[in-house]
Amino acid sequence: MSLVIDLFGVAAIGAGVFFFVAGAAGLLRFPDALSRLHALTKADNLGLGLIVLGLLPRSTSPLAALKLIAIWALVLLAGATTAQLVGRAVRRKGSAA
Amino acid sequence: MSVLQALDIGLALLVFAVAAWTIFAPGAFSATVGYVVYGLLLSLVWIRLFAVDVALTEAAIGSGVTGVLLIGAAARLREAKTAGDEKSLSGLPRLLIAGLCTLVALALAAVALLFPDQGPSLAPQSMRRLPETGLGNPVTAVLIAYRAFDTMLEKVVLVLAVVGVWSLAADRYWGGAPGEARLARPEPTLAFLAQVLAPLGVLVGIHIFWVGADEPGGAFQGGAILAAMWMIAMMARLTEAPRTSAFWLRLALVAGPLVFLIAGVAGAIFAGSFFAYPPGFAKPVILFIETFMVLSIAVALPMLVAGPPRREPPR
Repeated sequence: MSLVIDLFGVAAIGAGVFFFVAGAAGLLRFPDALSRLHALTKADNLGLGLIVLGLLPRSTSPLAALKLIAIWALVLLAGATTAQLVGRAVRRKGSAA
Repeated sequence: MSVLQALDIGLALLVFAVAAWTIFAPGAFSATVGYVVYGLLLSLVWIRLFAVDVALTEAAIGSGVTGVLLIGAAARLREAKTAGDEKSLSGLPRLLIAGLCTLVALALAAVALLFPDQGPSLAPQSMRRLPETGLGNPVTAVLIAYRAFDTMLEKVVLVLAVVGVWSLAADRYWGGAPGEARLARPEPTLAFLAQVLAPLGVLVGIHIFWVGADEPGGAFQGGAILAAMWMIAMMARLTEAPRTSAFWLRLALVAGPLVFLIAGVAGAIFAGSFFAYPPGFAKPVILFIETFMVLSIAVALPMLVAGPPRREPPR
């Protein structure tokens, strides 16, 4: 059973790390602010979500698992809001730099 | 070299790199963003040093509240610069400031390197007396019991800081409200964030304060989270800062240090010495003091961010 949990954890966290690396690469390489935002949201939503998913079976209590999920939900909320605000600021400025 | 050691070294290098970037950043706004990232990395360092209380404080106060204050300052400086009221520092003062900062950093580094391997420590004594306070978190015991007087003075400093900010108001605004007025139709994105986050944040803030008695957390961290929720509601312009002449506001500001001081004097009468807590009742007294400290912190920090009064008080 613990082997299954370990394998699941490694697979999920590895996939999460992949999305973080991809998001970081997109942040550095994409040409304009809106596509960079698009790259970042993948790291926040999927990357962190997968890492939380991989950590869930290892949490010591249901409360700890709930806290992990709450952290993911809060980051989703904050990430989505800041992406909206940055996107609006970019549009208002009228430049794509 | 183990994986953890490699991570620690990587973290330390990252902290150095972000610190250097913050110093050489092209503008005040970029430097502030660098400073916030630097603070968040530092709180990771504190976690690696097993100082979770310090990590929480660094993230909430060092990075969060100070970051908001600095962003506000950067925005105001930019307005002043475009208006021509404010000039950038020229070469010599800049060099002097850099020199003095380097000197302080080098002195601190030298002291840290000169520490004996087994430094003098009061940790065993403080752990031995911990049960008498009824607390499980030694950091809270140090803050509210062993060095209660210092903590009380820190709260007084916070009140003085708010008084200092208010003193910058023009005469006609004295007693008026700082910041922007609330809007009937606030900006939807921020308003949504404030409406969803604030109830959760208030819960988390109270939780952090409450568990602070036995686990990492405490009045300062919890109060800072509550303060952040009020700041978000004000930034979304769902609500506006109260008039600085409001009696409830001033009472809430001084409640923390005042209750603390009264408890200290009561200790002199009932428990034998200034800031002593009666045996067996230490924990309730400590929690009572902390409750009012949370209130004062949650009110003082948003008032610092809101700045000096900028609207005329109603006559």
